[in-house]
Amino acid sequence: MTSIFLALVIGAAFGAVLDRVGASNPTIINRMLNLTNINLAKSILLAIGTGSILMFGGQMLGLVDVGHMSVKTAYVGVFIGGLLLGAGWAVSGYCPGTGVVAAASGRKDALFFIAGGLLGAAAYMMTYPAWKASGLLDKIAGGKVTLGTVPGSGYEGLSLLPGDIVGIVMGLAFIAIAFALPERLIGQTVQAQPAE
Amino acid sequence: MPLNWKLGGVLLGLVFFMAVLLVKPIGVSTQFVILDGIVADAVNPSLVTATDQGYTSTNAYLAKSDGKYAKAVSNPLNYSFVFVVAMMLGGFLSAMFRGGIEASDRSIPALWRANFGDCAKKRYAAAFLGGFIVLYGARLAGGCTSGHMMSGMMQTAVSGYIFAAGAFVAAIPVSLIMFKKEA
Repeated sequence: MTSIFLALVIGAAFGAVLDRVGASNPTIINRMLNLTNINLAKSILLAIGTGSILMFGGQMLGLVDVGHMSVKTAYVGVFIGGLLLGAGWAVSGYCPGTGVVAAASGRKDALFFIAGGLLGAAAYMMTYPAWKASGLLDKIAGGKVTLGTVPGSGYEGLSLLPGDIVGIVMGLAFIAIAFALPERLIGQTVQAQPAE
Repeated sequence: MPLNWKLGGVLLGLVFFMAVLLVKPIGVSTQFVILDGIVADAVNPSLVTATDQGYTSTNAYLAKSDGKYAKAVSNPLNYSFVFVVAMMLGGFLSAMFRGGIEASDRSIPALWRANFGDCAKKRYAAAFLGGFIVLYGARLAGGCTSGHMMSGMMQTAVSGYIFAAGAFVAAIPVSLIMFKKEA
């Protein structure tokens, strides 16, 4: 039951933070994706960097269990699936987690997103054997790999560099990028619909 | 309206850290499959069955990885499923605490309205279609924005970078084409 308690606490915290950073607001998502206001991307980069430094730093100090890491397999379908998710993310303004939070916060369009999502997941369940047979789910680059080799993780590294130090360096890089990026990446001349 | 990006980013990072410190990295999209499985298994109880070793399913996807998903379908009161339910609770409370979503935004978000007008049906159709593509893609990829992009890149997982590249390569052009007017 401890794990259910943790699920409630961490899940609720995650839902609340997604709401507060604006990630469950499709307007804020598409201002990020059309590059007119990328503050949310800066938050996400800062979050990844913060999480990385705390996790790998904690591992080095022996405070964080390396066994809690869970690295997913790399395969060509990861990229194809990423493309699909990206397109749908822009069209709807939601991804799986933020869609769920948006619906709970009172956005009706998010209920349609969830309905579509349940159908899309079911469609994948039906078509999974074809993807499996296509070879696009076969691992590439070693499968479950990290950039460096994380001591004690059981995962292989793309390089023999110490994975925890690489993780901290990458974390610092993400934070540096978050601070370096401007709020807006493209020009202001978007009042009227450009001629097609 | 949203938090300052620095405070928001640190809070979000702390949640991802707390998850991996106490349990495991955050992920969401699998639970759409689990909910589908729960509904389908209620309609057709032979979908998921117990075996000597654990659980299996007549659906190859639910049966993969030694019936990991089949097991979750049979036991919905597990960490990952409750986590997503709790996200809804947290999102609801947070939104209420700041006064709720503005009425004008509840069916049609402001930026959508500026580009596509006031037709709620059009917006709902786009959200439905988007949801279908998002979850189909997330399942093909084996994770979504939470599991692959954030948890993955946080762990320096190669799969996380591949996923993020795919997601933004598609999302940015689609958004640039669709949302030319600002709001």
